[in-house]
Parts: sequence; structure tokens; C-alpha cells
Amino acid sequence: MMTKKDMTHKRITSWIVALGLVGGAASAADTDYRENYQRPADIPFPEENPHSDAKAELGKMLFFDPRLSRENNLTCASCHNPSFAWEDAQPTSVGTPMSRLGRHTPTVLNLAWGELFFWDGRAESLEEQALGPIQAGGEMAQDMGELLWELKAVPGYVEIFEQVFPKEGVTEENIGKAIATYERTLISAEAPFDRWLQGDEAAISDEAKRGFNLFNTKAKCVSCHEGWNFTDWGFHDIGLGDQDEGRYEILDFDALKHAFKTPGLRNIVERAPYMHDGSLKTLEEVIDHYNDGFVNRPSLSTEMERLGLSETEKSDLIAFLQTLSSEDPAVTLPKLPN
Amino acid sequence: MKRKLLFVSDIALVAAMAITTAAIAQDPVRITQKGKQFSQDKVSLSAGQSILFVNDDTVAHNVYAIVKGKKQDLGLQKPSEEGGITFDNAGTYRVRCAIHPKMKMLVKVQ
Repeated sequence: MMTKKDMTHKRITSWIVALGLVGGAASAADTDYRENYQRPADIPFPEENPHSDAKAELGKMLFFDPRLSRENNLTCASCHNPSFAWEDAQPTSVGTPMSRLGRHTPTVLNLAWGELFFWDGRAESLEEQALGPIQAGGEMAQDMGELLWELKAVPGYVEIFEQVFPKEGVTEENIGKAIATYERTLISAEAPFDRWLQGDEAAISDEAKRGFNLFNTKAKCVSCHEGWNFTDWGFHDIGLGDQDEGRYEILDFDALKHAFKTPGLRNIVERAPYMHDGSLKTLEEVIDHYNDGFVNRPSLSTEMERLGLSETEKSDLIAFLQTLSSEDPAVTLPKLPN
Repeated sequence: MKRKLLFVSDIALVAAMAITTAAIAQDPVRITQKGKQFSQDKVSLSAGQSILFVNDDTVAHNVYAIVKGKKQDLGLQKPSEEGGITFDNAGTYRVRCAIHPKMKMLVKVQ
């Protein structure tokens, strides 16, 4: 992934150093599974939208600016709240028109590695995704022409856009590029699990180590939750039983009925409630669902099968998932031009 | 082992017959799916040649291509199953797994 020619890269360590998070001993892996979960060294940025500090800072300003919503009452962070690992601690969020949305707010952590965005994968790029909720009628409900007019009326924004995008300035495309660039810098920091991977045996409990083993074997979580961010970025029907057809609404293949994007599991404790509809309140409910609580139907993922987990095994799995929470530094609010 | 073969053609029977003749002239290219990756990320074909997609993975896949706006869907492929797509027209096509979108390859047909 890290050597693709169409990507530019920025060392993650530069962010980690800036955040004061460097630490951990050298790896002393003692299981075959550990090597599949090593954190990447670089953040990939697309060639057509390379990173710059100024662009990421502009993206952060836009992300936290309520003027991006029609009624100037919501920001991207209203739903993607850094206090809740960039989610919003409710089953489904409320948009500008004060109506409930149909799906749970996914985190924006670790999206730099993503492939197809939204629960149903309808956006090909993060740049495209970033513009979606701004204009969606049930979400921020903003008219793009109106937004461009509003931003161009703020001299501070005009100046910054010109600096970041010379001779282009405030455009729809550049709003998407700036927000996407900022989002790509939102990386979950090192967690106890990572310190264990690096050889610190005391970083996680014996229960968590057993849970990690179950995660990779009997519990079959790894079939979809793979790699350092614990996602294959794929689409699966996990048998929640609701009527939402998910990915099938975008690509009408039978295998995609009721299929939704696999969410990563970093900082998962802070991201309750769970699933695309926010219907499961706790990790215990999630484990029970995968164990034997799912609905069997033709589109059910072939990876789903009754697991026969004991109560101890369920508890061990949760102990492991708790080791994925990082001590991320507080996010400071940007000063916005007015 | 199930095997499925699709023809990528927007012309009906007569063209398909010609394509079949061309495909015989050149063996199919064998692409395996393992570790949620295709064995090659790009492949060049002659018009009428086909690719045989073999699932050597531990999970199911769903290979598809979009050709001139039409979806060519191999359907669900469980481990050890295989299926083919024949490309009859020159052009560049993207092949992807519908379940695992990180799995993708380019097919250049001349």
C-alpha cells in the first residue's frame, strides 16, 4: 500500500513526534498474527491532492466552521466530534433541519487509507465524500453556490484559499480538497495494543492477549477486521435484520444486499453505539450479535457463522478491544476568519 | 468447483461467436485471488481473450468489471471456485471485487 505510485506520503512520525507520543520498545513478536497489525510509517496522500500544512489547516477551519451549514448551526464536527473519537455518541445524528438521519455517524479517524467512502461506499474519494454531507438535505443542507458566496465574502478566507490554491481560490473542489487533507491527518495515536506489538508484554492484560488470539481464530473477526486499522474497507451483510439495503443501493449485486462498509476498530470503546444503524449500545451486545444474534438471509456474508463463544471468551474479546484506545491529545479549535 | 464464464460484449450472438473463435486462439490469462489481492494489478489482453479468475483465498469474492456502462458480474465466488470474463473490445477496463474494493486491477485490451 505504501509504495503505490499514485500516492504521495508523509511520515506519520512527524505527527506523532509533534503530539509527544513517541515511545515503546522494539518488536519482540511471539505470535504469527502480530505482524499483520503493525502501524504504517507514512500517511498516503493522493497525487492530485498533495499535503501541505496550510491546506490541512484550512481544512480544519472549514471542518469546524458552522457557516458550512445552511442555518449556520452545524459543523462537520457536530457529528464527527473529536470528544467521541470523531463520532457523536448517539444511534443516528440530527441534521440542520432537526430531523434524524438514517445511519450512524462513522468516525473520520484513519480515512487516509480508505477505499470508497460512506457506509455504502458511494463516494470514490475522500474529496468527494467531504462535500457530500455539506449539501445533503438532511445533514448540513447547504447550497454550494450560497456557500461559495458566503466564503468569498470573508476576506480572511479569500486570502487563505489564494495562498493554498494559487489562481484558483474559493471553489467547491478546493473546499473538498482542503477538508480531505485535514481528515487524512486524523490518525489514532499509539494504543496499548501497539506497545504490546512492539514488545512491551505488560502493555496489555493476559485476558486481552487471549482475546487477540480469539479475534484471529475462533471468533473470526479478522475475516473483515484486518490490518492495523482493523478493516478490509469492504462491504458485508452481518445480519442486523433491518431493511436498509446499504451498498446494494449503489451496486445492485446480490452479494451486496444489506452490506455496509466494515468500520475500523481503533478507539472503538469511545465510539458507542455501534453498527451502521447505531442499534447496539455496548460491545457486549456486539459480541453477542456475532456469536449467535444475527439474522440468516440469502445475502448474509459467508464469513458469518455461529461462534459458540463462552462467557469468558466474550469477556476476553472485549478486553482486547479495549486495548485499541489511544490517548489522543486534545483537539484545539481553530480561529476562524470573520 | 463451480465455474462461470462471462463475455464482455455489447454485440449479441454473432459477435460472441467471433469472440469465442478469437479466445481459442489465445489461452485465458489466469488471475488468482489470495490475501484479498489479485495476483496482478494490471494485465494486457488481445481482443477476444479472457481472464480466468480463481479464488485461492480463504474468503468469498465477487469479481466484476464495468464495460461501457454495463456491469459484468461474476457473482459470489467462494474459496476454490473460478470464473471467467472475456474482453472482446479494445479499451482499458477496471476489474474489482465488489466485496473488497481494495482488490482492483486494470485490464488493457488491444
